[in-house]
Amino acid sequence: MLFFNDRQRLHKIGGMAALLVATIGLNGPALAGTLVINTDTSDPAPKAAFETAIKGFQAEYPDVEVKWNVFDHEGYKTSIRNFLTAEAPDIAAWYAGNRMAPFVKAGLFEDVSDVWLENGLNDSLASAAPSMTIDGKKWGMPYTYYQWGIYYRQDIFDKLGIATPKTWDELLAASKTLKDNGITPFAIGTKALWPTGGWFDYLDLRVNGYEFHMDLTAGEIPYTDPRVKAVFDKWSDLVEPGYFLENHAAYDWQEAVPFFVKGEAAMYLMGNFAVDLFKSGGLTDSQLGFMQFPEITPGLPKAEDAPTDTLHIPANARNKEDARRFLAYIARPDIQSKMNATLGQLPVNRNATRPEDKYLSQGFEMLASAHALAQFYDRDAPAEMAKAGMEGFQEFMVKPENQDRILERLEKVRGRVYK
Amino acid sequence: MSASSPAQEGHCPPALHSSGADIWRRNQRRLAPYLFLAPGAIMFAVYVVVPIFQSMWISLYDWDGIGEKTFIGLANYVELFDDDAFYTSLKNNIIWLVLYMLAVPAGLAIALFLNQTVFGIRLVKSLFFFPFVLSQVVVGLVFAWFYDPGFGLLAELFKAFGTKPIAILADEDYVTYGIIAAGLWPQIAYCMILYLTGLNNISSEQIEAGRLDGARGLSMLWHVILPQLKPATFIAVVVTVIGALRSFDLVSIMTDGGPYGSSRVLAYYMYEQALSEYGYRMGYGASIAVVLFAIMIVYISIFLVRMIAEDRERR
Repeated sequence: MLFFNDRQRLHKIGGMAALLVATIGLNGPALAGTLVINTDTSDPAPKAAFETAIKGFQAEYPDVEVKWNVFDHEGYKTSIRNFLTAEAPDIAAWYAGNRMAPFVKAGLFEDVSDVWLENGLNDSLASAAPSMTIDGKKWGMPYTYYQWGIYYRQDIFDKLGIATPKTWDELLAASKTLKDNGITPFAIGTKALWPTGGWFDYLDLRVNGYEFHMDLTAGEIPYTDPRVKAVFDKWSDLVEPGYFLENHAAYDWQEAVPFFVKGEAAMYLMGNFAVDLFKSGGLTDSQLGFMQFPEITPGLPKAEDAPTDTLHIPANARNKEDARRFLAYIARPDIQSKMNATLGQLPVNRNATRPEDKYLSQGFEMLASAHALAQFYDRDAPAEMAKAGMEGFQEFMVKPENQDRILERLEKVRGRVYK
Repeated sequence: MSASSPAQEGHCPPALHSSGADIWRRNQRRLAPYLFLAPGAIMFAVYVVVPIFQSMWISLYDWDGIGEKTFIGLANYVELFDDDAFYTSLKNNIIWLVLYMLAVPAGLAIALFLNQTVFGIRLVKSLFFFPFVLSQVVVGLVFAWFYDPGFGLLAELFKAFGTKPIAILADEDYVTYGIIAAGLWPQIAYCMILYLTGLNNISSEQIEAGRLDGARGLSMLWHVILPQLKPATFIAVVVTVIGALRSFDLVSIMTDGGPYGSSRVLAYYMYEQALSEYGYRMGYGASIAVVLFAIMIVYISIFLVRMIAEDRERR
């Protein structure tokens, strides 16, 4: 446990140092034929994936010299605002959906619809096209995405004779059985707030459906709407009986993993990136299962959370020509296959081959038959709303009795954010 | 102005040279202080004074830091006074101010205790001073582990007494106190060192005289020692007040302002609104900064007025 704890916190500190180093690296003037790429790929797998992709690009375009700056994952989110306006790279990593909207609206990202058109990407990347489009133009290049869902301990379920829950009632029954046997049904660490967003997304997608959820994150529906209250009522079915990990507000998501690995908790609603940590904690394919979030409103078409990671050309980039070549390159099926094999995630290009992996195959099937894909609460809703929202979700998970006060507060924020 | 070196003298036209050097020579004494002050004053103006006014100016705008600025007058302040999170931060800042003051008497107590000549006292003193040398980030990490409900030392203590451990940093009622306790650890050490140096300068004659007049124990401390420690007390109070108002690192490292914003202080809230991952509100952040500045200026002016008054007394 100490291990996760250490890594997480030291990460934060190391990030500041890494940021400094990276910014110094940026200051040299870019020569013609130099392609500057900034990414937030500080974790081992993403870093390795980019390393191979960039090597491959240099082999194909030997006249281009690539300068690659790796930023700390968390620090990147604040530094991108600085370098986009001050010393812009030629390629910058970011996220799809509303998360890129502030940069697009401020004119800091380049319209790359031409790259999509010339390379026939409107067809091969069709699944991600809506989340890359603002005002009818494409603003970046998606290269990977991953599914969210409930990871569960198959061995514990088998031992207690629990079948994979398909409906809300079955999920509640399974949770009760687990709780009665002294096992916390759901692991979660809400210190960083965003894990609560996954819960809200799924409950809203299952109770009210995708269209409602998108209208809500677009600010068109008040948070005091009875349909939003209905979401929280379902949520309190799990909160009130104590089905979530105790003291979850004290942990980051990684710090909650040991409870799951040790079998003190049996389910974890997470993105597929968590599998890496589950496995390095010692879980095997036969112990770890994956299931789709169960149905709540019967007959409602199921939509899923599938956040997409993307690359963009800053409007102030110096070498846009080579940047366009790089985007076209990264969209190719062979490159996406290779990158995602290392990332352990799903390629966006539909002609690419998926990595051979139990969870990714299941995830792909689930996403392929999904009614629609949401990005994630903090990517679909504007930043300020997302922050206030997730804080409210965390408060609700600790003090469900404050529900009405929380929703009124969120409504106040909504009134301000979407003017 | 080094034109007076002999090598250059020959090349200069005589009239020009003599007039320039004259002005310098005549005003040397008057100009020198300003020239020596200039580098510091310029730095101070550029990095402290100008940003203060810039913050005030930005606080009148709605600005996300990258796009267009829109002038909105005092709307940020109006919103601020209707913002629950602002009042939570303000309340926490007041709790910080009050409890942080404990560092002053605690530092004095330790200083009095350590102010003796026994073998190895230097080592003991330096051990007591040790927390102040640590970075605030390290202090925050150490205390976060101490409080951890799973494996922390505090949790083990609770278990030893057979009670359920409290997750201090995840509980809105305890979290601020938990962070302040972490902050007090180095702050007490700081106050202690201020008092220790003060105790070194205490006149032994006055103590002798006090003793002859029958002062001992607490009355000795109150009437003889403490008045002589007044300058140390003054500095300790000021430093502690400012330390409490600018508390940021511990909050950021230990809780990120959580759970659900209940451990925020003004400095952290300002950072969150203007600069953090979800904050894109420079104007709103700036208005918090202005409020924080207004609170601080009260203490800073008391400090300055007293300093100037004391300076005059001495003359």
